[in-house]
Amino acid sequence: MRAESVAYTGQSLPRVEDAALLSGRGRFIDDLGVRPGTLEAAILRSPHAHADILSIDTSAALALPGVVAVVTGRDLAALTLPMVAGLKVNVENWPMAVERVRYVGEPVAIVVAQTRYLAEDALDAIAVDYAPKPALLDPVASIEPGAALLHDTSGGNLVSDRRFSYGDPEGAFAAAERVFEITVRYPRNTGAPMETFGIVADYDPHEGVYDILANFQGPFSIHTVLARTLKVPGNRLRMRMPPDSGGSFGVKQGVAPYAALIAVAARIAGRPVKWIEDRLEHLVGAVAATNRVTTLRAAVTAEGRITALDFDQIEDCGAYPRAPEPATLYRMHGNMTGAYDIANVAIRNRVALTNKAPTGLVRGFGGPQVYFALERLVQSIAVGLGRDPLDVIHRNLIPAGAFPYRTATGALYDSGDFPAAVETAAGAGRYAELAARRDKARAEGRRYGIGLAAVVEPSVSNMGYITAVLTPQERAKAGPKNGAQASATVSIDPTGTVSVTTASTPQGQGHRTVLAQVVADVFGLAPSDVRVICELDTGKDAWSIASGNYSSRFAAAVAGAAHMAATRLRDRLARVAAAQFQAQAGDISFADGKIVAVGGASAPFARISALSHWSPGVLPEGVEQTIRETAFWTPPELTAPDAADLVNSSLCHGFIFDMCGVEVDEVSGAVRIDRYVTMHDCGRVLHPGMVEGQIRGAFAQALGASFFEELAYAEDGAFLTGTFADYLLPTATEVPDLDILHLETPSPFTPLGAKGVGEGNCMSTPVCIANAVADALGVADITLPLTPARVAALVERPEPAPPEGAGATAKPAGRPGDRTLRGEGSAFVPAPREQVWATLLDADALASIIPGCHGVKKLSPTHFTADVTLGIGPVKGRYKADVMLSDLDAPNAATLSGNVSGALGTGGGAGRVTLTEAEGGTRVAYVYEAAVGGKVAAIGGRLLDGAAKAIIGQFFAALARRAAPDRAGLFARLLGMLTGGHK
Amino acid sequence: MPRLSATALHDVRFTLNGRPARVAAEPRLLATDALRHGLGLTGTHVGCEHGVCGACTILIDGVPARACLTLAVQFEGRDVRTVEGLAPSPDRLSVLQEAFRRHHALHCGFCTAGILMSVDAFLKTTPDPDEHLVREVVGGHLCRCTGYSAIVAAVLDAAAILRGDGSNV
Repeated sequence: MRAESVAYTGQSLPRVEDAALLSGRGRFIDDLGVRPGTLEAAILRSPHAHADILSIDTSAALALPGVVAVVTGRDLAALTLPMVAGLKVNVENWPMAVERVRYVGEPVAIVVAQTRYLAEDALDAIAVDYAPKPALLDPVASIEPGAALLHDTSGGNLVSDRRFSYGDPEGAFAAAERVFEITVRYPRNTGAPMETFGIVADYDPHEGVYDILANFQGPFSIHTVLARTLKVPGNRLRMRMPPDSGGSFGVKQGVAPYAALIAVAARIAGRPVKWIEDRLEHLVGAVAATNRVTTLRAAVTAEGRITALDFDQIEDCGAYPRAPEPATLYRMHGNMTGAYDIANVAIRNRVALTNKAPTGLVRGFGGPQVYFALERLVQSIAVGLGRDPLDVIHRNLIPAGAFPYRTATGALYDSGDFPAAVETAAGAGRYAELAARRDKARAEGRRYGIGLAAVVEPSVSNMGYITAVLTPQERAKAGPKNGAQASATVSIDPTGTVSVTTASTPQGQGHRTVLAQVVADVFGLAPSDVRVICELDTGKDAWSIASGNYSSRFAAAVAGAAHMAATRLRDRLARVAAAQFQAQAGDISFADGKIVAVGGASAPFARISALSHWSPGVLPEGVEQTIRETAFWTPPELTAPDAADLVNSSLCHGFIFDMCGVEVDEVSGAVRIDRYVTMHDCGRVLHPGMVEGQIRGAFAQALGASFFEELAYAEDGAFLTGTFADYLLPTATEVPDLDILHLETPSPFTPLGAKGVGEGNCMSTPVCIANAVADALGVADITLPLTPARVAALVERPEPAPPEGAGATAKPAGRPGDRTLRGEGSAFVPAPREQVWATLLDADALASIIPGCHGVKKLSPTHFTADVTLGIGPVKGRYKADVMLSDLDAPNAATLSGNVSGALGTGGGAGRVTLTEAEGGTRVAYVYEAAVGGKVAAIGGRLLDGAAKAIIGQFFAALARRAAPDRAGLFARLLGMLTGGHK
Repeated sequence: MPRLSATALHDVRFTLNGRPARVAAEPRLLATDALRHGLGLTGTHVGCEHGVCGACTILIDGVPARACLTLAVQFEGRDVRTVEGLAPSPDRLSVLQEAFRRHHALHCGFCTAGILMSVDAFLKTTPDPDEHLVREVVGGHLCRCTGYSAIVAAVLDAAAILRGDGSNV
């Protein structure tokens, strides 16, 4: 009965979202306008990776015009509680540093002012005195006994260590014919949505209510965390999301700590406060995916059948275990065996804290890290056994008839036909063509490789999986957690038209279009008859702790909940119509905007649907209102982790098989993708255009992870990738074409048979490409991102003979991440040597010749302090410099050493200046070495050498003017031109 | 250009989407802030504020420019066009905008305005581009959602329609 007559669901309809977005009418958070009187915030961030805060002096900032408040960590701590983490560990998890900073970019103070410009001005006037401490960047080193502690109360930087055993891994390894092992280090990267975080917060002191508008992708569990942090009951934390969001990819879960900061700033300022994050802030401190060190062993038969896996994973969660971490480490727990039928699994999961930004949700969420190890290992097994990797994959795939399939670690895979998907993708001559292209390229002496990856893509997380970080005993004490509530509301207004709302907080995917399709089909309407509104208000909308936009849950869970709510309303409408038509409810159908009885009676949809408003008395007895229906859906399969640590971490499990051919340029290290095929089984496809868009988008993001993207730190913890010129995203010129194939095995566990699809290529593509590069170069150890320099270093070529005599004079190679500035040069000053020497030692003279100098104080004949403004690329700031003179050899030479510090960064170094007499004056020669950190390092790295040369040029031009005023004009201009300095 | 005082507001007059416009600006006011918050044209988005992402691209005297690297006072006397000026009327879309919709060439739509502006200028000078050229132009923009293929297809389709070759749809 009531078959859905026209299935709009499954068609690539134009999106209802697009017209507004294309014409500049989008309503992103910074497009909405604010209440009159709203103030703007800017955040002062730590230039140090690890330092005690000795003092913060905000008086000068507060005295500036337009500044209303300055909020420090102590002010924050007085009004809030630390944020809870998923771990039981004694670490205070503040959203702003209180006594100590633990990563570069950590918030230290907030200025609230009339405009953003004035707030940023005031940041420079805050004086913070830091006592730097050694920084720990490497998760393996940070958990070694005796390593310095990030948190004195934590008892160690290792904040979680759990071991799991399923089946009989020891027995399987003891009996194994072969054992293979691989260690991989997965880098830090991030989703980098084009829109940064934004918040407008207000506090009502009478009702004690925080009202926070944020481009948050929650609210899910984080609403609870925030309410606790802000010390209000849940009903006094109202969170609202704007209609549009400029992408998230998981990252906008990380708005939460800033929501707390801006909320408290609004409370202290007594006015609404708005904050829009800038790109540097986003890259340095928003959300990083975890970097992970994994050692994975496999017990394997001689034929390549894997009988056991043994994972040792060390997860780097950065400086604070911020909720929902360490979820990245556990999201994959049920599907650690991927697409393979492996009965015996051992896992050791450790969580390390380091002096890096805290981690959180990023598209793929644990998948890239796990599959990089697993699929690299599968390829290594094939190489080690002399077999085709496709053969090893086939041998281990879960067989077609095995679904629903329970994995060793507890997941219940819903549906699939992995062998058919692989055969389809590799068939039709595709794999053979790749092999032929490889053969041909290699015959011509080119480096060509083939990569494969088979991946299970989980979606619709089980809220309870994160509790696997606790022992079964701890879980029993805390009570079970599980489920994946999704909600949707369908309403009918007095004109009989249909509206839909959900708690899915879309981040640009097109949810409004799909919901209109799904609901229209239920009611026999056109999608254009259904209006969908997705901006969420936790104060009055239907939501639960699992609501939000994460874990690819829209198609599988949220669209299903909307279908459920619509179906319930429709069934009631059928009974109402039956009463009107004197028919049976079972004889009523909905099609083409009409409600029709079998006998032929019919009425326009609105005629029946509005009755509940206009004449509720005509509703048959026992039929409830047809005005509004809210459905909450949670799948029964998502049970809590059990006493044996079996974890059904996700409801749906899509399948991906990727295959690619790449060619590596031996000399440049450039990798060209020749062919890329990606096969997806994401269950029933609701909107093919959007599914393709998700696949292409994830693929492009994965290309970034493969070749370009790493949130990089120097050894001292300085952050090095603070701009899009340092943290490179793929552009249209780097993304190759992609062959997308589909197999549909509908999920039996979701209302519409759909599964998630948006994250899969972030899991499969990086390792597929790595496998291809490994194959091309015949190497075993591949680390992402595969930058040209890194690839070129992997190419096995005969070492060129060192130039003669090079051994004695060769400089040590720069360390990775080392951005030490080194330089030397000389300048001619048309003045006698003694005069130049005297000028260099004269505080007043120095004040007039140091570029940007506001004053020099001579503390002793060999110790000066200076206050200078320096501009490096886009970063211009005021610094305090402390300069010591040593090894004085008047009037021939002196060594200058010292350091500078300011809100924009820090630096330290030394240089030797020598003066020699020359025709008509003095030749001043110099050699220097300096290191920089803070904001300057993060965004000015590429520009530092040039800037240093320009500043030095300016210095000597000024020295020439000062020491020889008569001839300075022309000379200084010439020198300025030669050195690139100005004036 | 007149000498500007750092602390004073300057009356900047220019043409915005074909109509006279004026805005009061300190010399340091960014063009993005003047457009978005001074004049209420929020279609121009700010993605990086250092000139790489291209979301803020507008046309100044017909030439694409990064509004985030432009000062509002530089608008003085210029012809400025933003995404709000692309459609022929408020309830219609331009050929290029329609092509983007047809091809699903946007997801979140945050970067889209800048891409539309660059491509709009590009197609005026290069009505018959090949895919490589289109990728070069779109390559001046970052889009994190789409993977670019649909954008490139939409541009090629729009170019064909604008040439009168008919739609490739």
